[in-house]
Amino acid sequence: MSAQLVKLAVITVGAILSNNFIFSQFLGICPFMGVSKKIDTATGMGFAVIFVMGLASAITWLVYKFILIPLNLKYMQTVAFILVIAALVQFIEMFLQKSLPALYTALGVYLPLITTNCAVLGVALLNIQEDYNFIESVVYGVTGGVGFLLAIVLLASIREKLVFADYPKAFDGFPIALVSAGLMALAFMGFSGLSIWK
Amino acid sequence: MNFGTQFKEGLLTNNPVLVQLLGLCSTMAISTSFFNGIGMGIAVTIILTLSNIIIAAIRHLVPDKIRIAMFIVVIAGFVTAVDLLLQAFVPLLSKSLGVFIPLIVVNCIILGRAEAFSSKNGVLASAADGICQGIGYTAVLLIMSVIREFLGAGTFGGGILGPGGIFDGGALGDGKGIQILPAEYPMGLLTLPVGGFLMLACLIAAMQWMLNRPKKESVKSADNKQDNNKDKEAAKV
Repeated sequence: MSAQLVKLAVITVGAILSNNFIFSQFLGICPFMGVSKKIDTATGMGFAVIFVMGLASAITWLVYKFILIPLNLKYMQTVAFILVIAALVQFIEMFLQKSLPALYTALGVYLPLITTNCAVLGVALLNIQEDYNFIESVVYGVTGGVGFLLAIVLLASIREKLVFADYPKAFDGFPIALVSAGLMALAFMGFSGLSIWK
Repeated sequence: MNFGTQFKEGLLTNNPVLVQLLGLCSTMAISTSFFNGIGMGIAVTIILTLSNIIIAAIRHLVPDKIRIAMFIVVIAGFVTAVDLLLQAFVPLLSKSLGVFIPLIVVNCIILGRAEAFSSKNGVLASAADGICQGIGYTAVLLIMSVIREFLGAGTFGGGILGPGGIFDGGALGDGKGIQILPAEYPMGLLTLPVGGFLMLACLIAAMQWMLNRPKKESVKSADNKQDNNKDKEAAKV
């Protein structure tokens, strides 16, 4: 039991800090750059990603274990996972719209974007690749989402301040955000010392 | 629209990575060696062209509401095929690109072109668009990977050339690259994630500078600017 807990702690620290999805694995850059103009939209996107990544890891793990392996269809995992994720996102959208309208108005616009967020498909594929069990997969999904939230909120708060910065005009907009993200990646590299836990 | 214009658009004025800002994850993640860059570029070009052809062919049969899901299934099918082929014939490439091969499914370039071009145009034009946009993506990958590899490790052509490479009797993907800078001097920073971010920022900035430079024919540059802004808006959505 305690070995299991230690492993979960290692996964958590890895997913949030030392092996952050954005800064060291390059997953989910498109929404990370696209929706990080303001702190509140970034927060909304971050929470939507946590929610979908947690659910998607749980469901894709179950699909892999109980449908693809028994039917000997492992090679279909990419197709199966992307369909499951697309359907899941649609379903969550409808469910929230009907039963939790407040949450829907907060997350609604970000949900369709998440289908093509590579962090979601990435976490599903990594769970299988790393041979995680069910609990580990869910924890990896949720904490990966927390890492994404942390990264996107930090970047959004930097980008709000960029208005006052003085940089070459050619860097206007996207490039300067990428430079900020790069410097943040450099800072996050400092956490890689924590990987001795592995 | 003829092939020449499409080619120019794909490579420069409407480059998928530098202007449309699509497919950034894979661009930054795998552009660490020449071999990875060219392998990924070719894989994406093939998948993009094939999926563009199929999507253009079925565009009248697909109901509007479920078109995205249909596009994703078509793309996922081709990605799986390419993934299995790479595992069988170029295992080293498959290993070094890792999870980024199945992730081509959610590479925004492919879905973006399906939605913006091949769902509205004929089969031939879509095939040409796939090839041109694919070449544009490959060109960016090659520029990024050559510079990052040269400054980060001091080598050129890692994976293909050099000791153990294909001209040295080795397998594809084994080469160490030709050492140009002495191995002690390069800055390893550039092969780390931060190098990817900074390198891409510089390339996009160079592209913006080029496209927004005041030209003699003011009409043309205004057009470019408009296109540029439109694409940016599309990327945001």
